[in-house]
Amino acid sequence: MSRHVVCPADELPPGSRKVATVDGREIALFNVEGRLHALLNRCPHGGAQICKGVVTGIAKSAGPGDYRLERHGEFLRCPWHGWEFELATGQSWCDPRSTRLRNYEVKLEAGAELVKGPYVAERYPVTVEDAYVVIDL
Amino acid sequence: MKMPYAGAIDCDLHVPAPSMAQLLPYLNDYWRDQIVNRAIDRMPFAMMSYPPNAPISMRADWRLQSTANPLEALRAHVLDALDLKFAITNVIHGCVALHNDDMAAALCRAVNDWLRTEWLDREPRLRGSILIHPQDMSQAVAEIERLAPDHRFVQVLLLAMGERPLGRREFFPVYEAAERHGLVVAVHAGSTYRYAPTIVGWPCYQFEDYVAQAQAFENQTVSLSAEGVFQRCPGLKFVFLESGVSWLPVTMWRTDKTWRGARPETPWVDRWPSEIIREHIRLTTQPFDAPDPTAVAQVLDRIGSDEILLFATDYPHWQFDGEDVLPDGLPQAAVRKILIDNALATYPRLAQRAIGGETAAIKEDVR
Amino acid sequence: MNAPFLEQTARQTLAVVDCDIHPAHRTPGELLPYLEPRWREHYQTYGVHVRQALSNALMFPRMMAAGMRSDALPETGPAGSDLDMLRKQHLDPVNVEFGLLMALSKGGMEERNPGFAAAMSRATNDWQIDRWVREEPRLRAGIVVPQEFPEAAIAEIERCAGDRRYVQIMMSSRPSDPLGHPRYWPIYEAAERAGLPIGLHPVGYNGGHPSTGSGWPTYYLQEHYVFVACMESLAASLILGGVFERFPKLKVVLVEGGFAWAPALAWRMDKHFEKFRKEVPHLKRRPSEYLREHIWWTTQPIEEPDHARHLVEIIDWIGWDRLLYSSDYPHWDYDNPSFSFKFPMTEEQRRKIFRDNAVALYRLS
Repeated sequence: MSRHVVCPADELPPGSRKVATVDGREIALFNVEGRLHALLNRCPHGGAQICKGVVTGIAKSAGPGDYRLERHGEFLRCPWHGWEFELATGQSWCDPRSTRLRNYEVKLEAGAELVKGPYVAERYPVTVEDAYVVIDL
Repeated sequence: MKMPYAGAIDCDLHVPAPSMAQLLPYLNDYWRDQIVNRAIDRMPFAMMSYPPNAPISMRADWRLQSTANPLEALRAHVLDALDLKFAITNVIHGCVALHNDDMAAALCRAVNDWLRTEWLDREPRLRGSILIHPQDMSQAVAEIERLAPDHRFVQVLLLAMGERPLGRREFFPVYEAAERHGLVVAVHAGSTYRYAPTIVGWPCYQFEDYVAQAQAFENQTVSLSAEGVFQRCPGLKFVFLESGVSWLPVTMWRTDKTWRGARPETPWVDRWPSEIIREHIRLTTQPFDAPDPTAVAQVLDRIGSDEILLFATDYPHWQFDGEDVLPDGLPQAAVRKILIDNALATYPRLAQRAIGGETAAIKEDVR
Repeated sequence: MNAPFLEQTARQTLAVVDCDIHPAHRTPGELLPYLEPRWREHYQTYGVHVRQALSNALMFPRMMAAGMRSDALPETGPAGSDLDMLRKQHLDPVNVEFGLLMALSKGGMEERNPGFAAAMSRATNDWQIDRWVREEPRLRAGIVVPQEFPEAAIAEIERCAGDRRYVQIMMSSRPSDPLGHPRYWPIYEAAERAGLPIGLHPVGYNGGHPSTGSGWPTYYLQEHYVFVACMESLAASLILGGVFERFPKLKVVLVEGGFAWAPALAWRMDKHFEKFRKEVPHLKRRPSEYLREHIWWTTQPIEEPDHARHLVEIIDWIGWDRLLYSSDYPHWDYDNPSFSFKFPMTEEQRRKIFRDNAVALYRLS
């Protein structure tokens, strides 16, 4: 496992998303209300770039005619076939056991912690004062 | 293959539909007046789907002489010949296609009472289906409630094509009544022809209409899954009669696949549609539309369960020749399930047969 | 359901023929320059006249972005309207050697006004060449015909058929009558004469009949399924109606209606053939034989059974020379050749499905 500094924290503010290439892999990064998610940017089903998907909640129901949208911001709908994935785990809602997006550990770390290493700084010189988005591959 | 042993349960067998004249004693005076004085009793009520003289409607060696006793013939051709434990009779009567809801409901009641008196009372191996008019749910529910105490009725009977898809919520009261009373909902091939039997219009030939019955069952399977019928009635089972079999796997695959993207529109569908279908829908074995043992085995393998098929002869329709009641190619372990166990697991009233109510008194509100 | 976490990294190196690409209008008035003044005015005054309540919306709204891949929206105009985007997003990365256009948008197939149906068909066909095929040599057009008016349909076939950039005749899979009906036969005669296959594709509008023989469904999940049911009914109608007996050179491609149902339908027809034979004396052979000789299927949306062997068995029955790869770009249920085929194929089988079958059927060069 290797740790990678992907970008400064202010390049991924809440409500934003971005794609970073890390170690040859395209990673889709999402910041949903301060929660960070890092997922391989490819749907295991049809190959879509999931960074283009909609971030939303999950529709649930107690029975025919009952509708509610729950867990706002915790799910991603694939831009092609609309498969729903839980951002935190990458698991498919319909088929959690055998279909999942590959997801990675991602967090914000203070530059002061990062300079102690070890990490791979892809493109960003790390300064002690700032925070950074770091993922484990 | 031939019937390997005694005790099988035939889940789809037809007694000759009663003429209007035969039904008159089972109608009240208002409806008798209507039927006689409007000369409705002189109209044949045969269904378009089953022209009486078409080969499919009657196997040649089962055709009755006009003098023959149909019950004796039924015994000789099926009940005794196959040494059956039970046979569930389905009367497909044209009254269900009438537009006048009240007349249709009255005739359904008469058909059911006729079946009880003329057949079920005379032959203890027979079980009945409660024919309901599919357009007026309150009368349909009332008819289920009226006959439910007679445990020889084991299911409610609908046609594969009516005015609306069978998953629609307007049918829920019927399904809830069925579930409450331990009745199955049976759907038999056929149409009230409110619409063309295919999505692309009215076919030229009866043959096409018959082929299209499979598409009707496909669509009903998707409708029942999508509308959440089995979330509402988790104890309910549907049995498709004369539906054919080989269409089912593709319907499950397609519905599963589309559901993964379309799920939020019907969020009550909380499992794979195929799982719901395997748990709640049963198909009878005639006609088994696969050409050879390899194909039969493939179909079963693709269905992914040996608990879905129920044995049926579809007597007297011409679906098989001689004594080959079941197709060759069924896995050995599946045969007993198809002949006996699956039916017992599907029909609560067959399983708990002797308990109480078989001859319980029925409220007489129409005679 | 699917191979657990299938990771496929292979780039698409094999050249493919995509038999289902949907071009869209950039603006609502895009066809106006291709219409004669009389019909231009009609279009602007009355618009289309089809068999549903809403004039410009689907009665079963799709789940994803109006039925489109939500990553396929160009900066201006709807998905499918930008040729450059089609190239960058699909033709180039997927290595499309030939792409067959399926022009759905109000093309005339489902229009009720006879004159307007013919005019819209002509305009759509000219537009396909002008806007797409002329600009992008990998693309091929399909002759949209006003199918409910066979005389006009024949005129349109004859107008276009000499131009080899049109590779098929395109009809809606939701006609007003089952396509085996004799009133459509003149169209088949013209198709045979032109040596062009007929491609049947679902359209958003209906032909005057509910989506099922038991009335209208409620949800898109159901409406999506009827793409299958209409292909089954059409195949049965063409076969049992004797179309292939009458037109032995006719070839029909069923686009976007699945293929896995084919054996079951054939078995069902064969099973009952003897019983109904006297009703259809025009049939000289078992129904399944016509099916296997005269019908081709495109692959999208590909069936995804639990077990890959089920699909392989089915293709073995249909024939590996009968399936044609299609993507349905830019629609939501797009199939990518590198990802969507989750069953084993030999190199030869892969080449047939992805390229050679279509090249042979459509005589592409």
